[in-house]
Amino acid sequence: MRFMLPAAALAAAAIASVPASAGLSGNLKIFLDTSNPAPRATMEAMIARFGAQHPDLDIETTIIDREAYKTQIRNFLTADPPDVATWYAANRMRPYVSAGLFEDLSDLWEEPEIAENLASTKGAMTIDGKQWGVPYTYYQWGVYYREDIFNELGLEEPATWEEEKANCAKIVASGRACYTIGTKYLWTAGGWFDYLNLRTNGYDFHMALTQGEVEWTDDRVRAVFAKWRELIDMGAFIANHQTYSWQEALPFIVNGEATAYLMGNFSVAPMREAGLTDDKLDFYQFVEITPGIAKAEDAPTDTFHIPANARNKDAARAFLRYVVSAENQTIINNGENLGQLPVNAQAAIDDDEFLRQGFEMLSRNSPGGVAQFFDRDAPAELAKVAMEGFQEFMVFPDHLDDILERLESARQDIY
Amino acid sequence: MFPAPIRKASVPWQLAYRTLLPVSLFLWLLPLMAVAVFSIKPADDFTTGNYWGPPSTFEAAANYGRVFFESDMPRYLLNSLLITVPTVIGAVALSCMTGFALGVYRFRANLWLFFMFVAGNFVPFQILMVPVRDLTLELGLYNTKTGLVLFHIAFQTGFCTLFMRNFIRTLPFALIESARVEGVSEFRIFRYVVLPLMKPAIAALSILIFTFIWNDYFWAVVLTQGAGSQPVTAGITSFNAQYRAAYHLMSAGSIVAALPPVAMFFLMQRHFIAGLTLGAVK
Amino acid sequence: MADAVSFPPRAGAPKERWLHRNRRAIAPWMFLAPGVLFFLVYVIFPIFQSFEISLYKWDGLGEARYIGLRNYEKLFSDRAFETSLWNNLKWLVLYLLAVPAGLFIAIFLNQTVTGIRLYKSLFFFPFVISQVVVGLVFTWFYDPTFGLLNTIIGWFGAGPLNVLGDPAFVTYGIIAAGLWPQTAYCMILYLTGLNAVDPEQVEAGRLDGARGWRMLWHVILPQLRPATFIAFVVTIIGALRSFDLISIMTDGGPFGSSRVLSFYMFEKALSEYGFRMGYGAAIAVVLFLIMLGFIAYFLWSMYRDERGA
Repeated sequence: MRFMLPAAALAAAAIASVPASAGLSGNLKIFLDTSNPAPRATMEAMIARFGAQHPDLDIETTIIDREAYKTQIRNFLTADPPDVATWYAANRMRPYVSAGLFEDLSDLWEEPEIAENLASTKGAMTIDGKQWGVPYTYYQWGVYYREDIFNELGLEEPATWEEEKANCAKIVASGRACYTIGTKYLWTAGGWFDYLNLRTNGYDFHMALTQGEVEWTDDRVRAVFAKWRELIDMGAFIANHQTYSWQEALPFIVNGEATAYLMGNFSVAPMREAGLTDDKLDFYQFVEITPGIAKAEDAPTDTFHIPANARNKDAARAFLRYVVSAENQTIINNGENLGQLPVNAQAAIDDDEFLRQGFEMLSRNSPGGVAQFFDRDAPAELAKVAMEGFQEFMVFPDHLDDILERLESARQDIY
Repeated sequence: MFPAPIRKASVPWQLAYRTLLPVSLFLWLLPLMAVAVFSIKPADDFTTGNYWGPPSTFEAAANYGRVFFESDMPRYLLNSLLITVPTVIGAVALSCMTGFALGVYRFRANLWLFFMFVAGNFVPFQILMVPVRDLTLELGLYNTKTGLVLFHIAFQTGFCTLFMRNFIRTLPFALIESARVEGVSEFRIFRYVVLPLMKPAIAALSILIFTFIWNDYFWAVVLTQGAGSQPVTAGITSFNAQYRAAYHLMSAGSIVAALPPVAMFFLMQRHFIAGLTLGAVK
Repeated sequence: MADAVSFPPRAGAPKERWLHRNRRAIAPWMFLAPGVLFFLVYVIFPIFQSFEISLYKWDGLGEARYIGLRNYEKLFSDRAFETSLWNNLKWLVLYLLAVPAGLFIAIFLNQTVTGIRLYKSLFFFPFVISQVVVGLVFTWFYDPTFGLLNTIIGWFGAGPLNVLGDPAFVTYGIIAAGLWPQTAYCMILYLTGLNAVDPEQVEAGRLDGARGWRMLWHVILPQLRPATFIAFVVTIIGALRSFDLISIMTDGGPFGSSRVLSFYMFEKALSEYGFRMGYGAAIAVVLFLIMLGFIAYFLWSMYRDERGA
């Protein structure tokens, strides 16, 4: 919080319980990638609340398709930058940071309000010792499963790899697949690799691998694929997953043709919409594989940034302060809105079965660390080649040697 | 006439032909009809696995209503129109002039310029992607309809010039000559002698370019983003991302996106085919 | 391309101003200027710029670094590039099936029964639809769970087939989707061509006892030569430009097995995971060189026609 604010602004800030600069005016251009209906409405409402506090500020919001946004960010950051833009944490922001296209926001992170309450995500926002944005939401990954089918088959939530496989064997015997997945757009397979690697080799190894410090032909990497193969050979995954997007893979779990989905928490909303009530759907943390390795989780963080060439940086900073404030975090992450986890430690978590379990898991049961996600931790180019390899492995497990050699040569090229 | 007219064939042959016609058409349009059927089905039919049976209820109004009133589709359609129409006007106007110049005057660079247009028109346009994107960014036209329109006009000028030049060469030159004898200026010859004769070519070309531009997807993806400027071909992918696995809505959306050029084609069929086949017959 | 006659310059009156005197020489340039300018800026220069960019390592954000021919060296050992090249070849060869298929349908429809005009229009109809929609339509047609294709082959006890998920089939599946509108295009070219076939030659052929195939081959096809030429040109160009269908139907997958050069260059340069403008430009140059062979041939045969006219 800046000191020596004029009295009026102090009053306004007090009413809104949000730090705000005085007399914000001019234009504020915001680009969002939250194109799905629910997140879109949430963001629009949030911006409206912010706008109501700053009547002189002319806010212009552009919502871009989430997939399209990923290619278009490069263009608008250089050509026609907005004042605020959404993006992702960790390595995913590196190209823009290195090219000097994101504003250094270390000053925001020194403000006590943010320094104290957002400490847990500071690491994910830091490159070269500086912070380049603020998070606005994050969510857990894990296994969402059909509680009713588990009950019908007499299965319990597994805790170890052996239990997981034993469950799966019974599920396959009942004529179902254990896991639904749609790998057309590749990243879903990255989720499986993350978890298998995090559980087999641990967080530090996973980070070393995604940072290009370990060879892909390493035996420890092979061990991960060996575990994966055990499931593939059992017929654990649905057939033809390479033709589906993650949404197109949803009907399999909804219709009970598959019993579980390794996914992010954003999948709960469409599953509920499709009729899976809370007594049919439940969640468990990905099982232990190598005993004694501290469990680490994927918890991708979505972020806001200020482009280096933004025109109204004061207003943009005020907006980011508002976004991360406890009050706003409580609202936008509740079950009716994003349905995810707030980044502000002072914010309240919605009373939702899955959010509670996720928060519990990430705060108590993830001693190993928190990873972002394969395509956010690894550089984009390697992520593409690697995830393509994962997809191929899931269809043709015998191609493993070839895939790993390809990945290794890509690694030597890229880093 | 080839093949021999079926009217002269025996009665069984005639009957066979007449039944084969609708059957083959049915097979030919089968994938499309499937989508049309999808678009009037209720959501329930897809969850219950009734993909190919008759719709359990007719939901055409509801499905198309959602496309028009609960999505960005109307904006995308409007964008498409605002991109397509100026492009058609621009490309046809430019190529009337270039076609006139290359068709009427004899000068040394004539054939080379003509071949430049033709060669450029044959290029797989994806290879222009990186430089054209940079150029558009530099002009400050990235993510504007104007940026897209300017590129389309430029690229289509290649094809249009080929078309117009060949058409002008079929016009009676005596008219131009007699105008020149009377001392009419070159511009007035173009404006009052040649242009009126080019009306059929202009109509044919306009309708053709309309279809090409309306259906463009690649450049829409490369040069624009978001509902503010993207045409419907790119919009339909966002629309689908929003309604993944809601096949009834995706089908309705696809049909809406495809409709304008189809309507154009049926309304202006004669010009359309004249445009496509110019040069195919001597 | 008939009478390519233009007029010898008329001797001007002696006292005309320079501009007026040379108007016949200046006029074409005035008419050409805007079109040529546009075309140079947006089409011709970018082709050369692609050559230039291909010599740099550039992420599209920071500074470009000159690396000579290294991008091209990398292409040689890039298996994704090799796959794309092969797929381009498949596209080129198989897409040309649209030409005979179009001819076949045109012959089938070249009758004068009632309603034939409507039939012709409806057969042509796929060409008017955007490739994006064609791609969606065929994606659903091939869908392994509910697709019409599997439903149909299921009646014969075959399948199920996951056309778009199998690296062995996927490119053929996409080409088949592409053939649908392209065949319609070739059909309309041939329908018009058949209309213009000289009835006397057909009669003469009949008198000589030519029927069916012999008639088609010896009498009809030679007369359809212009239509065939155009059909080949547009089909080859279409094959090398294939992008929309791949992007919509498979996004290059599974594991990159349905890529072609035009798609791969987009992926490398501008897609979500691509940051290599130089490499993308190098692919563009290769594709351009392939096309250059065809362009040279097209131009040469047009040149021959011009001279012959």
